[in-house]
Amino acid sequence: MTAAPAATGTAIGMSGVTVRFTSRRSQTTALDDVSLDIEPGEFVTIVGPSGCGKSTLLKIVAGLVTPTSGAVSLLQRPVRGPQKEIGFVFQKAALLEWRGARANILLQAEMRGMDRAKASRRADQLIEMTGLTGFEKALPHELSGGMQQRVALCRALLHSPPVLLMDEPFGALDALTREQMNAELHRIWRETDTTVVLVTHSIAEAVFLGTRVVVMSARPGRIIRTFPVELPAHRDYAQVMSDPRFDRLATDLRGLLGSAAANH
Amino acid sequence: MTENSLDTAGRQAAAKAAGGDPTAASPLASGTPTPAGDQVRSTVAGRPSGVGGRPPRPTLGRRAAAFADSLWRPALVLAVVFAAWWFVAAQEYVPNYLVPTPGQVWETMTGQWSELARHTLVTLYETVLGFVLAAALGLATAVAIAYSRTLDKALYPIVLFAQVIPKIAIAPLLVVWFGLGLTPKIILAVLIAFFPVVISGVAGLRSTDPELLDLAATMGAGPWRTFRKIRFPNALPHLMAGLKVAVTLAVVGAVVGEFVGASEGLGYVLLLANGNLDSALLFADLILMSAIGIVLFVLVEIAEALLIPWHASRRASVSLTTS
Ligand SMILES: Nc1ncnc2c1ncn2[C@@H]1O[C@H](COP(=O)(O)OP(=O)(O)OP(=O)(O)O)[C@@H](O)[C@H]1O
Ligand SMILES: [Mg+2]
Repeated sequence: MTAAPAATGTAIGMSGVTVRFTSRRSQTTALDDVSLDIEPGEFVTIVGPSGCGKSTLLKIVAGLVTPTSGAVSLLQRPVRGPQKEIGFVFQKAALLEWRGARANILLQAEMRGMDRAKASRRADQLIEMTGLTGFEKALPHELSGGMQQRVALCRALLHSPPVLLMDEPFGALDALTREQMNAELHRIWRETDTTVVLVTHSIAEAVFLGTRVVVMSARPGRIIRTFPVELPAHRDYAQVMSDPRFDRLATDLRGLLGSAAANH
Repeated sequence: MTENSLDTAGRQAAAKAAGGDPTAASPLASGTPTPAGDQVRSTVAGRPSGVGGRPPRPTLGRRAAAFADSLWRPALVLAVVFAAWWFVAAQEYVPNYLVPTPGQVWETMTGQWSELARHTLVTLYETVLGFVLAAALGLATAVAIAYSRTLDKALYPIVLFAQVIPKIAIAPLLVVWFGLGLTPKIILAVLIAFFPVVISGVAGLRSTDPELLDLAATMGAGPWRTFRKIRFPNALPHLMAGLKVAVTLAVVGAVVGEFVGASEGLGYVLLLANGNLDSALLFADLILMSAIGIVLFVLVEIAEALLIPWHASRRASVSLTTS
């Protein structure tokens, strides 16, 4: 189950992807002609105004939404229908309310028919790592929003997927826990060959975690620019925050996002 | 793309349909809306993570206390009603052949106990069998309707049609077809109890969060695993509410069936007592019928507590913090 995608070719490929949602009342263009290639082992972060199609983009890669036009590939295979070589963290935690935290994490193993003992050990590791120890049996309604998101994160990591898609996974966390979780995620990514796409509203998070930051415009969602992040692969949170390169990039991003929102 | 958007629209409609909670319609299901849910959550969240344990579930003793606490009010009302009955009958404000005294009813019950017990067992048998069949058929129909658009369109109107026919009017026909035995009573119980099971089952199965289904899809799970691990457990609270309504209706079905043509059962005894103006026997019979309904209802409630402790514990903790 270790993530070792082939060194050649893209992990995720999107070309000319357009998505329109049609309902009786209206038609929304969520994504307009989006092209994006992601190499194996990259950590791409996506920022953009609310409603610009970031969640839709992730769901397209996962095969949960079919684009109106355009081509999508995952691990060099065209995406048709839901993909299972991924770990998906939804914007809402999406937990089963009748299962405790640990059982929610292990759902991944049960649905995939993974080896029980191995999955169980891995779950314990993840629980420890995300600071959920002591809450293994707590039902979702007994957990805080941030803890629920951490459970969802553990669930997405349980099977060590080669591709990790995350939709604002740390949105409900306090600043300090968020930094810790960022550092953990950075470590996980560094130690494995996982390809990660992470949607966030936090510029600091986008820069600290990403090898590339993709900026999207307000509806209809387009990619307006991608910034390579020129920071060392091995990052320390405090160091990065005081790095002048971080400041410059963050300022650029803030300016661009401001104009993207204003244009709308 | 149209297909995709249709799909989305369908899901949204389903989510909306699920919003109409059948528990709310049933006076029997005590689903309290829960402002206190937040309270429970915040007490847990308030603990430093990784250090504190989770709060203990209510212990058996506390649950029993909560149960007793919920019981004394209806018990009081019942006592008052009983006292009023006794007073009215004993003072003969109403002639005795219309309203017997509690003592007379008690004498009838103990005096004719073996006979009454036999008839009670007959009605109980018809009711239970009818209920179990209705639950099985209803659930199967609900699954078919929830999973297939075609079957939804084909079956739903028929289920609805079957519901609006007055079942009591069918009873004579059933007797003509199946004779005076137990069969027509069981069929009638099934027919009456079927509808709430289907409706609650469909509502429950459709109430699954679309995001959870997406999640299952990214886990590569087939429809059976998704049903077993996600959709069915998710439907259980709705379904149990429907089963509680169904079980009380099954009693009605069995008794009505006995009215139309029978040689045994509480419905038959009721007609006999009626013919003889034996009001004490009438009252005894009514009490036994209600007892069947109450006992079966409580059994379903117990099954609910065992099957969906997560739901019950939620309600229990809420009632403990509010009262
Ligand atoms: N299933 C759907 N049916 C119809 N419209 C949809 C659907 N999903 C998304 N949309 C529309 O597509 C647009 C993009 O939605 P999306 O959820 O991808 O935005 P987002 O960038 O993730 O926003 P946020 O940052 O607030 O999460 C929105 O205008 C939304 O209304
Ligand atoms: Mg989103």
